[in-house]
Amino acid sequence: MLVCKNLSKTFYPGTANERRALCNVNLSLRRGEFVVIIGGNGSGKSTLLNVVSGAILSDAGRIYIDKQDVTFLAEHKRARLIGRVFQDPMLGTAASMTIEENLALANRRGKTRGLGSGVTRTERVQFREMLRPLELGLEDRLTARVGLLSGGQRQALTLLMASLRDPKVLLLDEHTAALDPKTAAKVQEISLQLVREHKLTTMMVTHNMGDALRFGDRLIMMQEGRIVFEAQGPEKQALTVPDLVEKFVAVGSEVIA
Amino acid sequence: MTDIITGAVALGLVWAIVTIGVWITYRILDFPDLTIEGTIVAGAATSAILMTHGVSPLLCLLASFGVGALCGLITGILHTQLKIPALLAGILTGIGLYSINIRIMGNTSNLSLLGTRTLIDRFANLRGIKAILGLGIFENVVNKQNLAAIILVGVVVVMVIALCTWFLRTSYGCSVRATGSNPDMARAQGINIDAAKIVGLMLSNALVGLGGSLLTQYQSYSDVQMGIGSIVIGLASLIIGEVLFGKSSTLRSLIAVAFGAILYRAIIALVIQAGMRATDLRLFTAITVAIALFSPTAIQQVKLLRGRVKRRGDAGL
Repeated sequence: MLVCKNLSKTFYPGTANERRALCNVNLSLRRGEFVVIIGGNGSGKSTLLNVVSGAILSDAGRIYIDKQDVTFLAEHKRARLIGRVFQDPMLGTAASMTIEENLALANRRGKTRGLGSGVTRTERVQFREMLRPLELGLEDRLTARVGLLSGGQRQALTLLMASLRDPKVLLLDEHTAALDPKTAAKVQEISLQLVREHKLTTMMVTHNMGDALRFGDRLIMMQEGRIVFEAQGPEKQALTVPDLVEKFVAVGSEVIA
Repeated sequence: MTDIITGAVALGLVWAIVTIGVWITYRILDFPDLTIEGTIVAGAATSAILMTHGVSPLLCLLASFGVGALCGLITGILHTQLKIPALLAGILTGIGLYSINIRIMGNTSNLSLLGTRTLIDRFANLRGIKAILGLGIFENVVNKQNLAAIILVGVVVVMVIALCTWFLRTSYGCSVRATGSNPDMARAQGINIDAAKIVGLMLSNALVGLGGSLLTQYQSYSDVQMGIGSIVIGLASLIIGEVLFGKSSTLRSLIAVAFGAILYRAIIALVIQAGMRATDLRLFTAITVAIALFSPTAIQQVKLLRGRVKRRGDAGL
């Protein structure tokens, strides 16, 4: 479903601040596969997600989504294939617009946006049904401005928006890191629910080792722009937090667990 | 006195259209657009020159609308394609327009429409309107022209508000709003934010061009200097409107902003009447805008302090 071939990216090349964020990264995800990416700060995890989403153009390498070469496809055009949730809950939604307007924006991903109604009646019914299982009471507040919601509610809404058009790839970039533990757990639960329900091919970056072990079919550890460790299936299931810490130390990364 | 009031309301309604244009860039797109200082003149100049050549004043409105959209397009391209910062892009277009506006008017810096029948003249002479203007309740109004302008421009303002409310609720309108509210999110949802910004700027400037056309038809002249300070007048009207009449929804904001423009003109008319020098108006406007911009913060501070005092009282301290 997603193939990354020899991806490389260097920031500020030729200056004192030169930083190799991606170094010949090869990665391929099967349809419906859920990959968790961990690694220290500056290890290249977020850069990888940004290159896949098109926010950053790689220096070298190719990206294929569902066999289509999207390497040079503009970010907003690629958006119809990709659902994204950012770390900052403020980034994923438009605060001055209502819940239903935000959902409708996402519902038109990859479609032409014309002069028809911004939110249709059928959409309203559909959104209410989709919001109910989240158990956040949002289904009764469709016309409330998103700016009035809490960080957790906004992040849950962003997740729903990201999965709305059944994206080929779902990118979760530390999407629970800015939330308190209880809310984070709830948002994680919603993520899992949506990923399973829509059988989404997912890449999730996290700093939470517990989450990294609990979720996903495959675990990838990055360090200095390279994939340094990979585990899947029974091997991944057998991993423990101390194992991961050991791996981190082995690759020379600082651990703050 | 009634003439001063009707004059202020008529002029305020004309400025309401300009202010709605400012509102679209400033509030919806989050784009401080200074193009409008040139656009308002471009709209005025286009209508003035066409009218002296005998073109129907109604067509002139459309022409000015189109010329305004073009001005917005230029700023939009400067900003989105050449990556020039928003403020500078607007200033550049605005400055360039100064020369163009003089050319539009036939290489002069002002153009009089005396002797040309403007839209307002024609409207005032319609049989039905004449009958309305002759009604007993209007007998105190000496200047019937102002009254005709209020009715005519009032209708245009209602149409503009309806157009904007409709557009901003459409699918494309929503993507323009999302672009202004959160460009990162808009891009992630597959919105071409460059295109959305350009469309927003074009609509805004088209309305300013329309305002310029009505202004020139109301004043019966066009002058290359008439745009100076228009952004500040627009902002003053916008903020006065929002503070006094609220901004809970798109429609409410638009109506508030239109009333703000009328109120601003009324205030100006009153201070002039009270003896303020015309040359001091700019200073007065600048101070008004500063106070108006500060007022939401001030109101919040007062509420906060009041809340504290009240709670302390409850606790029996």
